[in-house]
Amino acid sequence: MIQVENLYKKFGKNEVLKGLDLNIDKGGIFAVLGPNGSGKTTLIKSILGMVVSNKGSIAVSGISIKKKWKYRQEIGYLPQIANFPGNLKVKELIRMIKDLRQMPSEEKKLIELFQLEPFLDKKLSTLSGGTKQKVNIVLAFMFDCPLLILDEPTTGLDPASLINLKELIQKEKAKGKTILITSHIMQFVAEVADEIVYLLEGKIYFKGSIEQLKTKTNQTDLEHAIAAIASTPAHA
Amino acid sequence: MLKILKYSFYDLIRSRWSYVYFLFYLILGFVLLFLNNDVSKAVITLMNIIIILVPLIGTIFGVMYFYNSKEFTELLLAQPIKRSSIFLGQYLGVAGSLTMSLVLGLGIPFVLYGLFKSNAIFDFTLLLVTGAFLTMIFTALSFNIALSNENKIKGFGYAVLLWLFLAVIYDGLFLMSLIIFKEYPLDSFSLVASMFNPIDLSRTLILLKLDISALLGYTGAVFKKFFGTNQGLILSIFMLILWTILPIWRLVYTSKKKDF
Amino acid sequence: MQKTITICPGCELKSISQGVAIASEFDTLLIKKGTYKEFNIRIDKPLTLLGENYPVIDGEDQGEIIRIVSDNVTIDGLFIINVGTSYTTDYAAIRVVKSENFLIQNVVLEKLFFGIYLEKSNNGKVYNNKIIGDAVDEYNSGNGIQLWYSHNVEVDRNIVQGVRDGIYLEFSDKVIINNNSSTNNLRFGLHFMFSNDDVYTNNTFENNGAGVAVMFSKRIKMIGNIFRKNWGTAAFGMLLKEINDAEISGNTFEENTIGINIEGSNRILYKNNDFIKNGWAVKVLGACYANTFTQNNFLYNSFDISYNSRLNDNVFNQNYWSDYTGYDLDKNGVGDVPYRPVKLFSYIVNKTPETIVLLRSLFMDIIDFSEKVSPVFTPDNLLDANPLMKQAL
Repeated sequence: MIQVENLYKKFGKNEVLKGLDLNIDKGGIFAVLGPNGSGKTTLIKSILGMVVSNKGSIAVSGISIKKKWKYRQEIGYLPQIANFPGNLKVKELIRMIKDLRQMPSEEKKLIELFQLEPFLDKKLSTLSGGTKQKVNIVLAFMFDCPLLILDEPTTGLDPASLINLKELIQKEKAKGKTILITSHIMQFVAEVADEIVYLLEGKIYFKGSIEQLKTKTNQTDLEHAIAAIASTPAHA
Repeated sequence: MLKILKYSFYDLIRSRWSYVYFLFYLILGFVLLFLNNDVSKAVITLMNIIIILVPLIGTIFGVMYFYNSKEFTELLLAQPIKRSSIFLGQYLGVAGSLTMSLVLGLGIPFVLYGLFKSNAIFDFTLLLVTGAFLTMIFTALSFNIALSNENKIKGFGYAVLLWLFLAVIYDGLFLMSLIIFKEYPLDSFSLVASMFNPIDLSRTLILLKLDISALLGYTGAVFKKFFGTNQGLILSIFMLILWTILPIWRLVYTSKKKDF
Repeated sequence: MQKTITICPGCELKSISQGVAIASEFDTLLIKKGTYKEFNIRIDKPLTLLGENYPVIDGEDQGEIIRIVSDNVTIDGLFIINVGTSYTTDYAAIRVVKSENFLIQNVVLEKLFFGIYLEKSNNGKVYNNKIIGDAVDEYNSGNGIQLWYSHNVEVDRNIVQGVRDGIYLEFSDKVIINNNSSTNNLRFGLHFMFSNDDVYTNNTFENNGAGVAVMFSKRIKMIGNIFRKNWGTAAFGMLLKEINDAEISGNTFEENTIGINIEGSNRILYKNNDFIKNGWAVKVLGACYANTFTQNNFLYNSFDISYNSRLNDNVFNQNYWSDYTGYDLDKNGVGDVPYRPVKLFSYIVNKTPETIVLLRSLFMDIIDFSEKVSPVFTPDNLLDANPLMKQAL
């Protein structure tokens, strides 16, 4: 689904990605993990084309994304911080995104699922953080995209919504979709992820299943495994 | 692009500031015409306003909109839309709504006053065209500044400084250099210097209509050719178009390289 | 007894010169339609030459066409073309020499050098003639109507265009010039030199090299004339040079590079004139004393008044200035703050003409404003203490 080769990215003097290689197959849930500043968001934004890399190549569905934009039809993206134009109403925002993408969408189900009906006529600037995140989720999931990129999807969600989100992710997975997730909540990662991609200092430090990670680090739970991984010498 | 343009435009049309701007011009137009009852005087006053205020509003509004719509922009960037379309669409949305406020705000009172029967129609149309150009130019310049400066305060400062430079300081330096080098033939220099500042350029264009009598008093052959024939008008309009296209081109160019 | 002698191409009498020769004093020569190739027609007795349906007298560029050397001659209704051009002799279509009581009317002149030339001839009338030249260069073109040492002449309802000076007066006093239209001439529409006590009213001067030049003359009255579109370097509606005790009233100066250019002229009253959209409405050069400007309208000129010195001995009172931004709290129709018609910028433009491209820039407005508040370069007593709030009628 995604092939990243030898990706470099510098912001000023700060080198964030240093020759990153990553291959993500079609289908399954991949958690992109790593300490703060390890380049998770930069990697995701590079795949989305929001960040222009200095060197290296990215291909989505086998096609290089350089100077292209149509491939984003295949991506549903949930940004880390849900910033929306404040003077739009929720309804208008959804309508606008639908209008822009011109794809079949199932926002009604999602609105129902997250009980957003009372907020449809409210302006986005008046919404609470959690509600905004729900709107964010609706926008990311309402189209039938083969690739979903979720940057910290759990932020601000109440337990009920969190359950809904997990179910939603599993449902999408069942449809054979590829889902890329970053999160700081290890419990959430442990529950949903099939595979872990661990970034350190701008490179892939580890890629494999949770079990493999646990074995490698001699830890029994994911959180400790993740904490330990950075201190273990480079993997074989 | 048209969709982005549409959303930016609607967004702005609904914003308070567009109304304030529109109402300001509307009231100004009515006051100038109906309290004074003097079209020629109104056109002269309008000219002063247009070459100073329109660039200022274009600059400030452009920077403000760009920074305020950062979220909107980021939302759009993840959508299957070309980058250049996003920025061009937003730019045209802002420039378009500002131009519309200007043209309608001033146009309505003038039409009601019976401008079409007056022979000031050409002067007035020229004013509006120049105003539209200045709006486009300064909005584009401010978008460029905002795009190149993540820091809002800094971007805002640069934008206001740019306006101040082009509206006042440039002419001061221009005047000083003319006085210092007055022993030399300066007519080509002074025309070229006018071309490098869109405000001066617009002013020249309006002078061609309002002050042609005075302009033709000058001896230089280059001046005579410039002001005495259509050459001045054509060249000025061409330069204004260039002034509009170049910042827009740079906007598209830099936006392609920028990270979000 | 007066008789009428008919001349026509098919008649027994085919030539005007012959007609003049056989005519007796006070006869009328009736010249029928046709073309007469003649020049040097000398009229030496009181005669009336009356053209019927504009007969053409074609001088074939040979020289002068009609010379009047007798009193009481009338020329009426002729079409005279192809006057000879010379660099040594001022050939004219009609020349009047030392004669009185002449009347020249309804004459059309084309392809001429000089048109109607009055030389030491008094008490005559030049009415309703049309003079259409095709002058290109000043050095080989002549004037439309020229008066030289000719007094008490009336020049009325003539149309003069495309010559060097439309109407030219030299050493000619008490001449009345009314209702003429002098346009598209190379040099001046009307030109006075050393002529006193003349009056010109209701004339139109448009698109000439310069409108009217009044030089070295006294007591000229200039009333109700229109000066328009005299554009170009050193082009002006009216030039006053060494003029004293004149009256200039009720004139309209519109779209001239300079409305009135004044040099060394004193005791002139400017009243009820309209200065509209000129580059400079009034430009004062050199010493001009005791002039009065009152009840004039200064409308949308690039510059209202320009001075080249810091001295001012002229009075500006109760004019209307479209640039005036003051207020009238006591509602007496007169602004409560004085108006300063001389801008610093006009002073700068005088020194460095290229700066004209900065006209109406914000920077110049700021500078002008500071000069207005505390005059440094412009005469500080030059102000209209009673600017009108409404246009003077």
